Amino acid sequence: MLKKLLFFSFSLFSLNSLAQEATPQTPDYGELHGNFQVDAQYYNKDSAIGAPNVPEKIRMNAFGNLIYTRGHFTAGARIETYLNALQGFDQRYKGVGIPYRFITYDYKGLEITAGNFYEQFGSGMILRAYEERGLGYDNVFDGMRIKYMPIKGLYLKGFIALQRTFFDRGPGIVRAFDGEININELFKKLEEAKARFIIGGSFVSKFQRDQDPVYKLPENVGAWSARLTFLYGKFNLSGEYAYKINDPSSVNAFIYKPGSGLLVTASWSTKGLGIVVGAKRIDNMDFRSDRTATGNNLNINYLPALTRQHTYNLPATIYPYATQPNGELALQAEVTYKIKKETKLGGKYGTTITVNYSTVNGLDTTQLHNGLGYEAKFFSTKGKAYFRDFNIEFARKISPKVKLVLQYLNFVYNKDVVQGLSGYGTVYADIGIVDVTYKFNQKYALRMELQSLTTKQDMGNWAMGLLEFTHTKYFIAVMNQYNYGNSDEKKRLHYPNISLGYLMDKVRITATYGRQRAGIFCVGGVCRVVPASNGLTLSVSMSF
Amino acid sequence: MKLKISILVFISCIQFAYSQNTNSLIDAVRAIPSVDLKTLDGKTVNSGNFDNEGKPMIISFWATWCTPCKKELSNIAEVYSDWQKETGVKIIAVTIDDSRNVTKVQPYVDSQSWEYEVLSDANGDLKRALNVNTIPHTFLVNGDKKIVWQHTSYVEGDEFHLYDEVKKLVNKQ
Repeated sequence: MLKKLLFFSFSLFSLNSLAQEATPQTPDYGELHGNFQVDAQYYNKDSAIGAPNVPEKIRMNAFGNLIYTRGHFTAGARIETYLNALQGFDQRYKGVGIPYRFITYDYKGLEITAGNFYEQFGSGMILRAYEERGLGYDNVFDGMRIKYMPIKGLYLKGFIALQRTFFDRGPGIVRAFDGEININELFKKLEEAKARFIIGGSFVSKFQRDQDPVYKLPENVGAWSARLTFLYGKFNLSGEYAYKINDPSSVNAFIYKPGSGLLVTASWSTKGLGIVVGAKRIDNMDFRSDRTATGNNLNINYLPALTRQHTYNLPATIYPYATQPNGELALQAEVTYKIKKETKLGGKYGTTITVNYSTVNGLDTTQLHNGLGYEAKFFSTKGKAYFRDFNIEFARKISPKVKLVLQYLNFVYNKDVVQGLSGYGTVYADIGIVDVTYKFNQKYALRMELQSLTTKQDMGNWAMGLLEFTHTKYFIAVMNQYNYGNSDEKKRLHYPNISLGYLMDKVRITATYGRQRAGIFCVGGVCRVVPASNGLTLSVSMSF
Repeated sequence: MKLKISILVFISCIQFAYSQNTNSLIDAVRAIPSVDLKTLDGKTVNSGNFDNEGKPMIISFWATWCTPCKKELSNIAEVYSDWQKETGVKIIAVTIDDSRNVTKVQPYVDSQSWEYEVLSDANGDLKRALNVNTIPHTFLVNGDKKIVWQHTSYVEGDEFHLYDEVKKLVNKQ
């Protein structure tokens, strides 16, 4: 508490002293900005959908951010409130606190931050701290960071910090350094060259005391990575390799095997056409600042999923994919092509076609009994199938008033592996989506979505319908999901809900009433399991 | 106790901010924060150096997975050349796609033939500095590089409202 008080009195002091520096004619007190977000839910009893009992009846997640800037100086803080945390959020988020506060000063390429900071090295495979407030994901660092750009084209970063875990900090100390050289920025002659090179490297080490009575665990765990980006016009080839020494942890079942990660992507594009291909191999690469942490807690790194990020309701929340940090081999290809307007196929306004395919397998492994856990082949297609996703999308503007999006998806989803369950096996699902927007005029529009998911496994078939009427100031939407194909007739349930929203430039207020299906809510490949609920949700968001 | 003090301090911060009548800290007008972003060919660009030679700029936050964001930018793309001719406005489309999707940005932008300046904010540094909660979120910047208007979310027709605000700025000059 004392620390927090000191921090704030320091902030106030600095505000005052900075204010006094300013000349009386044009007082410059700097700028203060922020935002608020409040999500409160009233829970009804609903045993049919299996909604858990909520003794408080009402729960709320909320936060407010404040950022002060004046010239080169920035300070900020966030107050977070969980009274109590909404269903589906980790209940260790409890109470009110200030888990995020920082001061930063930058001067001539040198930037120093004390307190909390988010950071990413390369693709994040070795280190990434970020926040997804809607998921309750926040692994922000708390310590001291220095960034330095001695000359244009050379970027250095280093820090020593702890990591946030709910309203506390984890036990491990993270020491990290990253350097990046942009060859074309460094050498003036190459500034406008068609061939461009960016190379980078990182070193990250965590320290956590070994208090295990049985095992001798490494107290310092080091990891390094090297990356390269090569560009030639609109051709882009990027790759990163990361390596981590043995790091026995709860997630890898305390094996002494070192970890590694490789991510390679290539893309090429021209007007009307874009192509992306990627490959990824992850082997025992879960990296946390506490070896006993699990779930979305105290992650040092981020392992991007090499699959399409779906946003339509059924594909996004029933069978979403997230990277398996203990090991996977993934390939992805995507082609986006826009058929020209004023052509027979393209229609008056053109048609965009996107075809995407991704496949993820487990590694081909052999069990070992010497503490290393297993041995894995570098490349083999014999690993267990985790996920296949073929999807194709047509988006077309039919007339000035009508827009149409059609999507077909085919999933092969190993529910046991991806969701860490047993007894569900692999699900084979076909999904079809129709999304039509009708624009009445410059202010009013109506949008309709119809979705169908058919499968013989798991919960069987689903249908979903949405009708959304929007005005530039408000909207109203009704939605229903219906599990009509469930093999258990009692579970053939409807999940209807209605939403009202008011939009006022930087303010957004929405209220939703109805049933919410149990599912998985994902952002950027990180997921949170949401239990079924029935009730009224009120959300208010404002920035200033 | 701990909580009470924290809240008191926070409130006094706000009061301090509001008490400065001469030049309010919380103003409708706001400078663009200074944060490093990357161009799609890997160059580092600081948002503090955004420039459009005294004409307005629009900073629009989007991502390849954000359907309303893409709708907004596609709808504007159809009228962008008219907007530029009439007002000289420039659109800077800041993508918050992370390493999962960032390689899809250039191919998508090219497939749609967007003429925007596209920058990557892969770890959300500018997003945080501008207090963006959810995307799409659009900022309008005047000729003096001050943010004068902002809007969150997108529904069909919002681009006309945005353009009205752009024209207001140009007519003021």
